[in-house]
Amino acid sequence: MAGSVLEIKNLHVSIEDTEILKGVDLTIKGGEFHAVMGPNGTGKSTLASAIMGHPLYEITEGSVTLNGEDVLEMEVDERARAGLFLAMQYPSEVSGVTTSDFLRSAINAHREEGDEIPLMEFIKELDEALDLLEIDKSMATRYLNEGFSGGEKKRNEILQLLMLKPEIAILDEIDSGLDIDALKIVAKAINKMRDDKFGTLIITHYQRLLNYIEPDFVHVMMQGRIVKSGGPELAKRLEAEGYEWIKEELGIEDETVGQNA
Amino acid sequence: MTVGTKLSFDKAYIEQFSKDRNEPDWMREIRLDAIERAETLEMPKPDKTTIRNWNFTDFNHDYKTGDAVSNIKDLPEVLQEYFDAEKAPENLIIQRNHSVAYQALSDDLKEKGVIFTDLFTAVREHGDLVKKYFMTEDGVSVDEHKLTALHAALVNGGVFLYIPENVQIDTPIQTIFWQEDAEITLVNHVLIVADKNSSLTYVENYISHNDENETVANVISEVYALDGAKIAYGAVDNFAAATTTYVNRRGIAGRDATIDWALGQMNDGNTISDNTTRLVGDNSTSQAKAVSVGRGNQTQNFTTTLHHYGKHTDGFILQRGVMTEASTAIFNAIGKIEHGGTKSNSEQESRVLMLSERARGDANPILLIDEDDVTAGHAASVGRVDPVQMYYLKSRGIPEEEARRLLIHGFLDPVVSQLPIESVKEQLKQVIERKVN
Repeated sequence: MAGSVLEIKNLHVSIEDTEILKGVDLTIKGGEFHAVMGPNGTGKSTLASAIMGHPLYEITEGSVTLNGEDVLEMEVDERARAGLFLAMQYPSEVSGVTTSDFLRSAINAHREEGDEIPLMEFIKELDEALDLLEIDKSMATRYLNEGFSGGEKKRNEILQLLMLKPEIAILDEIDSGLDIDALKIVAKAINKMRDDKFGTLIITHYQRLLNYIEPDFVHVMMQGRIVKSGGPELAKRLEAEGYEWIKEELGIEDETVGQNA
Repeated sequence: MTVGTKLSFDKAYIEQFSKDRNEPDWMREIRLDAIERAETLEMPKPDKTTIRNWNFTDFNHDYKTGDAVSNIKDLPEVLQEYFDAEKAPENLIIQRNHSVAYQALSDDLKEKGVIFTDLFTAVREHGDLVKKYFMTEDGVSVDEHKLTALHAALVNGGVFLYIPENVQIDTPIQTIFWQEDAEITLVNHVLIVADKNSSLTYVENYISHNDENETVANVISEVYALDGAKIAYGAVDNFAAATTTYVNRRGIAGRDATIDWALGQMNDGNTISDNTTRLVGDNSTSQAKAVSVGRGNQTQNFTTTLHHYGKHTDGFILQRGVMTEASTAIFNAIGKIEHGGTKSNSEQESRVLMLSERARGDANPILLIDEDDVTAGHAASVGRVDPVQMYYLKSRGIPEEEARRLLIHGFLDPVVSQLPIESVKEQLKQVIERKVN
């Protein structure tokens, strides 16, 4: 098999009784890079959080499967071990747990008991990943995300991505808080993961990340739905012309959720 | 349950006990005076915890020895995890019941004049020094309350550690107080004097296994950092469920002196803990850090006090508690700045993590300030495991139980990581592991 398949069908999601997603359909296969774009407040991050199983989001309708398995029936940790990963927009600060200890626990959770990653192998992989992301080595011994700058948190998410090697990764606004140099470094790391076993869903409201990571498919979200899909040329047009033309085309006045076309 | 106001120990008993230890007259007089005071003094009144029905006064006080060993490898396995036997700790006293089972002090420290010995030997051989610091007005007074008086009257174990002027000690000095027999009572006294500009690291463990036999531990440490001295004091208390514990650790810091505490308070029985540091000299500092895990039905009260007298003194209290099952604990943090303690700073942070619906925990930040030109701050919280943090850890594949474990250890780490001996730190982590599962 070439890679995993994440299939999202007619997904409806609510938070505190307010419906945010109103029927999202999307299929991501190993080897494919998808970008979901759209202005703020259109439901992009909700899609990411709902797929991973954030406790505040309630799925009211639809399905999410990974290689045919029902993701929504899985606990959050089972989803991760099945091959899903979410680089979060606002990762939690975990006081008292070092990045290094956390990563080892996470890696070992993906392995069988008795087959824990040997310490030297772990250190070597961690060093390589830190180098690739140009992260100071001291981050490994700092408490996870505690006192990290916005940019450091984002790099740490990508560090985890590199170490955990998921089959399908969702990157939620990974570009916010990164300056242009950091953005290039992160993009380089993600591009390095590109192979036919790795699929990703990149959520962003800026086109600029896509200058460095070329998507195969681009989707535009408005009002909690994917309203337009296309190839990389769609992202380029959005950069040049903004979102207004899509709104006009579809007769949308307010693109945020809570509004209906 | 009636707890007699009449004590089971009379002057004749004390007199005989002291004679059996070959104590000098001054020590015997302290004991006899103390037992008289104990009759009338009140019990301590820990804030927000009622101890009226706790038994602190009726117990078997008999002096009991434990077997001595010449090689620490010959000690029972239950003790082996507290030190690294392969490296043979250079400076270590292991007390088994009330007698010394093993004792080591490096030649280097002996030559420098360091005294590290059990309390009874110290009273006989270093009487002037001990008398100068043992339970005086500057430290823990005999007449603070009934339990300090009882302690002075009945002390039956402990150590004395003296570091001469300008002696800096890099290797930690360790003690292990092992209550081997379930039915005995430990009235243990640790007296540490770091003379001017000296420095040391000290770590102690209290261990007992009396899950059924009800007994009492009455433990006092008096810790003097004279001008310019620096003391790092680590402790792991691990008295079993049937021990009712009173533990009082008192620091007295001179000018430019530092006393830092890292206390792992892991008793399974009811416990009253008082950790007070008096910042007497100008520019003295203290970081008083303590963790606790409550389980079963135990009730505990932890009061950490920094008492600022000198100018430019600086103090920080950090308390972390994890409450499981039906345990109860009160965490009082008191920063007290006396008039004249100008430019002093007193900070505190107390956090309690509740893991059970039946557990009760409370954090009380208290600032008592009698001087205008100072800074002070406090933070306190009582809460449950953050579901969003759990989600984050689980989103990386870490199962619920393991994620919870990581969060709990992480919550306690700011104190646990301060313990200066690796084996003690590891042992504390294991105790925490056992207590939260």
